[in-house]
Amino acid sequence: MLHAAPSLVASAAGDHPGFLSPSGVEIAFLLVGLATLGAAVITVTTRQLVHAALWLVVALGGLAVEYLLLTAEFIAWVQVLIYVGSIVVLLLFGLMLTRAPIGRSPDADSGNRWVALGVALASAAALVWVVVDAFRTTWIDLDGPAQGSTRVTGAFLFRNWVLPFEALSVLLLAALVGAIVLSRKRDTETGTGTGKNTGTGKDTGTDVGTTSRTGPSGAPGKGEKR
Amino acid sequence: MHLAYPAVLAALLFCVGLYGVLARRNAILVLMSVELMLNAVNLNLVAFDVWLRDTLHSGQALTLFTIAIAAAEIGIGLAIVLAVYRNRGTSDIDRLRDTAETDEAEGNESPGKTKKAEATT
Repeated sequence: MLHAAPSLVASAAGDHPGFLSPSGVEIAFLLVGLATLGAAVITVTTRQLVHAALWLVVALGGLAVEYLLLTAEFIAWVQVLIYVGSIVVLLLFGLMLTRAPIGRSPDADSGNRWVALGVALASAAALVWVVVDAFRTTWIDLDGPAQGSTRVTGAFLFRNWVLPFEALSVLLLAALVGAIVLSRKRDTETGTGTGKNTGTGKDTGTDVGTTSRTGPSGAPGKGEKR
Repeated sequence: MHLAYPAVLAALLFCVGLYGVLARRNAILVLMSVELMLNAVNLNLVAFDVWLRDTLHSGQALTLFTIAIAAAEIGIGLAIVLAVYRNRGTSDIDRLRDTAETDEAEGNESPGKTKKAEATT
């Protein structure tokens, strides 16, 4: 914060625009923000489960527009691709596979919704008060080149953040294996039994064939395959 | 643009997600609310990154990582919900009370629920 301070402090102390004369970007941000917030509220309050997923699309798309207004283009398109494209589709598949009722379900909210409403309103009041009090005079300078274009994003992601990026690929692989293991049917048919037998046979074969150092690494593999 | 606009929007979205996590009964709706909370944090990260003009762009990098972790989280979460639904016949959170410590007075109704849940396995 401090190394970027001189221009910010000068603009904050001098000619920083007030809230009563918003710029065009601010008006657009405010309108899209209201739409996003409304869609989010409908998402958590509607009684139709499929409609909740579809309103979640509106909320996430509105957030993508907010990223565009903040000149973070690449993140906006990643948001559209991953959230709207894959996560909401996954949620819809989950709703169908758990046989969610299509119409209005009367028990979508649990009994403690008024306590939840109180907690949410209290935390909203506290957070908004603190945030407004802290950043009332802070001004984002959106002029100049875009800070989140694909060129800039590629440069910083593969120049400074390569190691976390690669670690993230390992995490995604672990999540893939975990999801497959969790969603497999177990101890039902003989097909899985023979698969288990061949799997353990292969693993013991590699354990015998290679050095003993692969023994402990083969053991969790067997545990995951079961 | 004032920094207060994205910060306040992120705070409000986070609280909407908090209400959803606490008040919803279906597990998949709880996962949707968790996604809303994660998106609020992402908006904060992007706004502060654009404000600070960080040369490493750590805010945007962290946003990308958060999006990827959210994808992994939703995959694992849905797998767990589907496994619970297959074993219990329901995905309502407040019916999964097998490990709950119930009083004797409350014990009149909760064993019935668990029996009903076990009968469908």
